[in-house]
Amino acid sequence: MSDRKPLSFHVPAPAVRPGGTPDFSDVRISLAGEVRRPEVDVAPEQIRDLAYSIIRVLDRDSEAVGPWAGLLDDEALLKGLRHMMTLRAFDARMQMAQRQGKTSFYMQHMGEEAVSCAFRVALEPGDMNFPTYRQAGLLIAGDYPMLEMMNQIYSNELDPLKGRQLPVMYSSREHGFFSISGNLATQFIQAVGWAMASAMKHDTRIAAGWIGDGSTAESDFHAALVFASTYKAPVVLNIVNNQWAISTFQGIARGGSGTFAARGLGFGIPALRVDGNDYLAVYAVAKWAVERARRNLGPTLVEYVTYRVGAHSTSDDPSAYRPKTESDAWPLGDPVLRLKNHLIRRGVWSEERHKQAEAEILASVITVQKEAESHGTLHSGPHPSARDMFEGVYEEMPPHLRRQRQQGGI
Amino acid sequence: MPRKTMVEAIRDAMDVALQRDENVVVFGEDVGYFGGVFRCTQGLQQKYGASRVFDTPISELGIVGAAVGMAAYGLRPCVEIQFADYMYPAYDQIVSEAARLRYRSNGQFTAPLVVRMPTGGGIFGGQTHSQSPEALFTHVSGLKTVVPSNPYDAKGLLIAAIEDNDPVIFLEPKRLYNGPFDGHHDRPVTPWARHPQGEVPDGHYTVPLGKAAIRRAGAAVTVLAYGTMVFVAEAAAAETGIDAEIIDLRTLVPYDLDTIVTSVEKTGRCVVVHEATLTSGFGAELSALVQENCFYHLEAPIVRVTGWDTPYPHAQEWDYFPGPARIGRALKAVMEA
Repeated sequence: MSDRKPLSFHVPAPAVRPGGTPDFSDVRISLAGEVRRPEVDVAPEQIRDLAYSIIRVLDRDSEAVGPWAGLLDDEALLKGLRHMMTLRAFDARMQMAQRQGKTSFYMQHMGEEAVSCAFRVALEPGDMNFPTYRQAGLLIAGDYPMLEMMNQIYSNELDPLKGRQLPVMYSSREHGFFSISGNLATQFIQAVGWAMASAMKHDTRIAAGWIGDGSTAESDFHAALVFASTYKAPVVLNIVNNQWAISTFQGIARGGSGTFAARGLGFGIPALRVDGNDYLAVYAVAKWAVERARRNLGPTLVEYVTYRVGAHSTSDDPSAYRPKTESDAWPLGDPVLRLKNHLIRRGVWSEERHKQAEAEILASVITVQKEAESHGTLHSGPHPSARDMFEGVYEEMPPHLRRQRQQGGI
Repeated sequence: MPRKTMVEAIRDAMDVALQRDENVVVFGEDVGYFGGVFRCTQGLQQKYGASRVFDTPISELGIVGAAVGMAAYGLRPCVEIQFADYMYPAYDQIVSEAARLRYRSNGQFTAPLVVRMPTGGGIFGGQTHSQSPEALFTHVSGLKTVVPSNPYDAKGLLIAAIEDNDPVIFLEPKRLYNGPFDGHHDRPVTPWARHPQGEVPDGHYTVPLGKAAIRRAGAAVTVLAYGTMVFVAEAAAAETGIDAEIIDLRTLVPYDLDTIVTSVEKTGRCVVVHEATLTSGFGAELSALVQENCFYHLEAPIVRVTGWDTPYPHAQEWDYFPGPARIGRALKAVMEA
């Protein structure tokens, strides 16, 4: 008989489940303005602490404070607010359209609007995002026509992807938005490859990769970090930590590491953590990381600390795995509300103007929605032809596909 | 005309492609400074520089994933997976990404890349250096799968693959790198320098994808083969004296149905040969195609000669390998049926 103590098996679990009282006391929140702003050419080992703090600009009084503040003027901030409000209104309408049976599936951004909306503004034309399914702010803030987005969601006759893709899996080369894959994390290493190509060709364009907290567990994430580190690729690698991977809390993917950003440290990649619900902070950090890439200083890993207020998708029910009131307890607040209050504080916005803008935006989204629906929805009206199904598998249709199309009478 | 080994022909193809198109890049494990474990990229980094021919971390996923991103940018990556057996970590990037990109983005993004990988056994490589995973690619829509059997074709097909605007899986039968191995493992292999198909023109030429070649014209039975098995089948025909028509498919997808059907309609008999395992192998597809298209011309059941449904063994390599004796027995059986 061994006198050794038996081993025990460890499975991390969230602090609270449905029925419990939400508790985020373990999330260490830095004070707004507290975290320093290093020069972009800083050596990665000099800023290891930035992988553990949270860069924040907006304080409790809605003031922009600290070294990361002051980058955006009133006009830019008002535009940013409008982008986020548009995305929220768009989400609300599309969520409802899915419930009405006009499409099969939808994924909303509630609570995460600042991340993609603010990041997009830090890019230049020609830069390429390799997004996941919850960064439609890249399109909204990049002036991609909302009509095209809806046509895609409805798989109607004007769907730019001809009905081949699940709703929200947009693609627009012209708007720097790489085709979304439902297989998670694959795009992270592709972003690095694209950035490597840009460097090989002595281009000036950079890439941005996107991934969720849960998908950082995929091998693609680690391949991306090692390739980005080895070849000093001009890429910004973004982790959106919205706390939940469907029903799985972020601790399952994070394991014993303090933060997701800290994953970058072993690769010698500068890693920053930022308040993902603070439009000003997201923009400031994005700008910093983009400049590093543009100046050929290599990759940056950024973790956006945020919270997925809504369900993972229209096929998900979060009340089955987390307290219903958890989102209200989220300590970083709501990104739209925070920017709104900041703009009011700056004296360039008001409750009335906000209400008015909300109504205007909703009306314009509804107008576009009506137009999209006049071109069909998933189950009614005009839609891509069955012949389209056989096109585009290859550049030229090979004989065996042509035979199959004929056999199908299509 | 210069004679080259298959390794030299493959290297020559990449050399030509790198020379002609600045968007061609070559990378993989040990591919840069050293020139690859089979020497297929030897000298290319010295000639074209480390930004076009370079070493990568040991990450097949990373190699193919990065290649997809580069291809989306506008480059034409030609990457090496050191052994086909090492391909599995890259499979998601090949199947879900490279193969689908054109389709899912409606042509906004494409993946004109080539994934080269040595395939097949016969070198005492055991189960992790001997596999023939072609059916894992032929089953995937959006991919083209090529298996050359000689230096001339290898160069022409590889140039065609690099110039192709769709992703191409390029499987190089490693047992053919140095000569036309015919399955007689106990005899020395004729070097390519003494074989007519070792004649490889300098400069640019292509062998079109999707076109089979008739290696031996015959009237008695059609043998469908590719890669190493072409020469094994030739040996079997010579040793049995059976007048077999041996078709080298060269491209598995898109396959050359016309050449297959024309031959089987003429001979009325068909033997399908590959080194890969039997069940759900590409031979099953070939067999089904022949049955569907040539049923009323068939005078005997189609027979498949393949590797057994076991992992590729080490010591028992030659019991596993479908050699000329087994193919010969199949030819006789089909003739007597």
